[in-house]
Amino acid sequence: MAKVVEKAQQEKEALISGSEAIAVACKLADVDVITAYPIRPYDTVMQYVAKLVANGELDCEYIVAESEHSQFEIVKHASAAGARVFCGSSGVGWMYAFEALTVTPALRIPMVAMVGNRALDDPGAFGVEHNDALAVRDLGWQLVWVDNAQEALDTALIAYRVAEDRRVFLPCAIACDGAFLTHSQALTKIPPQEWVDAFLPPYNRGDLLLHPDNPITVAPQVNEDWLMELRKHNDEAMKRSKNAVIPEAYRDFERIFNRSYGNPFFEEYQTEDADIVLVGMGTLSMPVKVAIRQMRKEGKKVGFVRVRWFRPFPAEDLAETLGRFGAVGVIDRDYSFGSPHFSGVLATEVRAALYPAAKRPPVVGFICGLGGREVTVPDVRRVSEMVFKAAGGETQPFITWMGIRE
Amino acid sequence: MDAIETLPIQQLDAFKGVKKVPLEEYFTSGHRTCQGCESALVMKLMVKAAGPRTIVLGSTGCMYVANTTYYSTSWVVPWMHTQLGSSGSAGLGTAAALKALMRKGKMKEEPINVIAFCGDGGGADMGLSAISATLTHPQYNVLILLYDNESYANTDIQLSGMTPYGAHTTFSPPGKAKRLMHTRWKKNMAGMLAAGHPETKYVGTVCASYAVDMMNRVRKALMIGGPTFVHSLDPCPKGWDYDPMLSHELGELAVETGIWPLYEVENRVLKLYGRSKGIAEKRSKRKPVRDYLLRQGRFAHFTDDDIDYFQAKIDDMWEKWLIPGVIPFWKELEKDQPPA
Repeated sequence: MAKVVEKAQQEKEALISGSEAIAVACKLADVDVITAYPIRPYDTVMQYVAKLVANGELDCEYIVAESEHSQFEIVKHASAAGARVFCGSSGVGWMYAFEALTVTPALRIPMVAMVGNRALDDPGAFGVEHNDALAVRDLGWQLVWVDNAQEALDTALIAYRVAEDRRVFLPCAIACDGAFLTHSQALTKIPPQEWVDAFLPPYNRGDLLLHPDNPITVAPQVNEDWLMELRKHNDEAMKRSKNAVIPEAYRDFERIFNRSYGNPFFEEYQTEDADIVLVGMGTLSMPVKVAIRQMRKEGKKVGFVRVRWFRPFPAEDLAETLGRFGAVGVIDRDYSFGSPHFSGVLATEVRAALYPAAKRPPVVGFICGLGGREVTVPDVRRVSEMVFKAAGGETQPFITWMGIRE
Repeated sequence: MDAIETLPIQQLDAFKGVKKVPLEEYFTSGHRTCQGCESALVMKLMVKAAGPRTIVLGSTGCMYVANTTYYSTSWVVPWMHTQLGSSGSAGLGTAAALKALMRKGKMKEEPINVIAFCGDGGGADMGLSAISATLTHPQYNVLILLYDNESYANTDIQLSGMTPYGAHTTFSPPGKAKRLMHTRWKKNMAGMLAAGHPETKYVGTVCASYAVDMMNRVRKALMIGGPTFVHSLDPCPKGWDYDPMLSHELGELAVETGIWPLYEVENRVLKLYGRSKGIAEKRSKRKPVRDYLLRQGRFAHFTDDDIDYFQAKIDDMWEKWLIPGVIPFWKELEKDQPPA
């Protein structure tokens, strides 16, 4: 599949933010059409893209749209005409584009977007919450959460590779926690162009290309005659993404870039001998990992599973992994009012994944850090205490809002 | 300033008479439009004028739903649906892709027309913002064509911002307490876009009752380069409630009464054409709006006062507007009151 590359090429290292890392990935992926519209915090990526374009480092049509809806519609159509595209948004901006987000996977548009996770105001709040990106979870978008600039850059390249694989042809959104990742700098390795070219083949829309040489009619009225079959196509594409294309992409990535992400779908941290495990997504991994190191010094064996790919969701793998522990604490940076047990979205998915499993440890849910509120090390310690109690047979509430003022 | 780079453009000279128009059709059988549908004719003439090296984007509306039933598309050229308010974005995105791919050597360079069409609801209501944005991008060659049948005709004839004053629609039925449910005046879409987008090289109004004129305006709009806009008034037998055989005649009457002025703004120069030119130059007399209104069931509830009010508004358009028929600034301020 991918070509053998010259390993003599060296990676460069730069101090960049998560947003800048994704802008660099756009350059490396030679993206053709990019649309921007301002909303914090994702829009920093477009500020970096604009600089790359202005300096002649990125050759693309860079369009500042007049709304998020247009932003996403423009790239949707550019992709249908054969262009590799990039777009993004945050919070209510992402929701303003919702109609476009809905039709993009249905049209098998393999676009890559960045979501700078942000609370859905009103009332005004621009800190991180995951509800914006999670809103598209049922529509055919692939959703992946990253927790540092390096992973953001690498995952953007992987996202193009997976989305544009003809077995998939579904869009992929890279979710980056607002401020904690979008605006936080870290030393990041920037791979040479040759490696990227070996990893990421050109976008080929094939017989779906909208061009006078291929005069197709796209998205006709199918109604009850065909819609169900077409939905099933998307379902199969999502399965192929999970079972074949994502694992293959990570294997090739490791071979070409000499950087391994282990299980592509979730990161395991100090789980080997852990008695209980915490589960979460995005940058809350930072306080969780610090707390785990502290607790381990005190002899409390806590592990952490950071879910990367929320769609496709690695149900079987995750259930098997979580079955190894005495109890599971799921930390949601989101809400789902009126959902089963009034839980968070991730906790509900984890419980659903565990239901058919042979080993089903108790699952304790927590809502933390909404609107960008910091999840602290003491928060994580309190969470862990409750999960230890659950592991010891003491029933815990299905869901606890951590640090909430009464 | 850096030069604005555009892709090459097709040579599409004006048809010199109906006999010079090619026979090839690029919008053909397979559609399910109503008998007497002028919008279907507009689609056919539009793409006939553009020719085979054309990509057409169609926003939601009758010209989507009636034309592209799965397995029986009427489009010979590549066609793609876009969302109701997305004609501007669809045209822009497609044109941007062609430009990027051809410039970067990822696609063979050749002139390809991009046309995005919308109805009056999708264009003048929901899609206005995106169309306006597209008309500010001089580097992309894209024509936005608005087919205006003066209602949301696909969804059961609901009023749009382009429905004429007083018209009966399913959202504005005449009733006992309110004889006129719809008392807003139709937007001046082409004038607004021409005045508001000085970099747009072509804005024109057309009516398919004058088919060759109409096709030649489409050709001009495509050949001039950059983003352009054409607004077509399309009589609709179902929405306007008249015998389908009268479609052409109603189009002509809309022009002859002065309700629908035919004009184009080409490289910033305004020209009225056809019967509208004669009206503006006072060489031909406008027919009374009564002749147009009372041929349509949607105005059947009009009283003489309503017709007089409508006539007075059209009189204003030609006698008081700063640029008659085009720009609705008055030469002097006067009272404007609907009848009680």
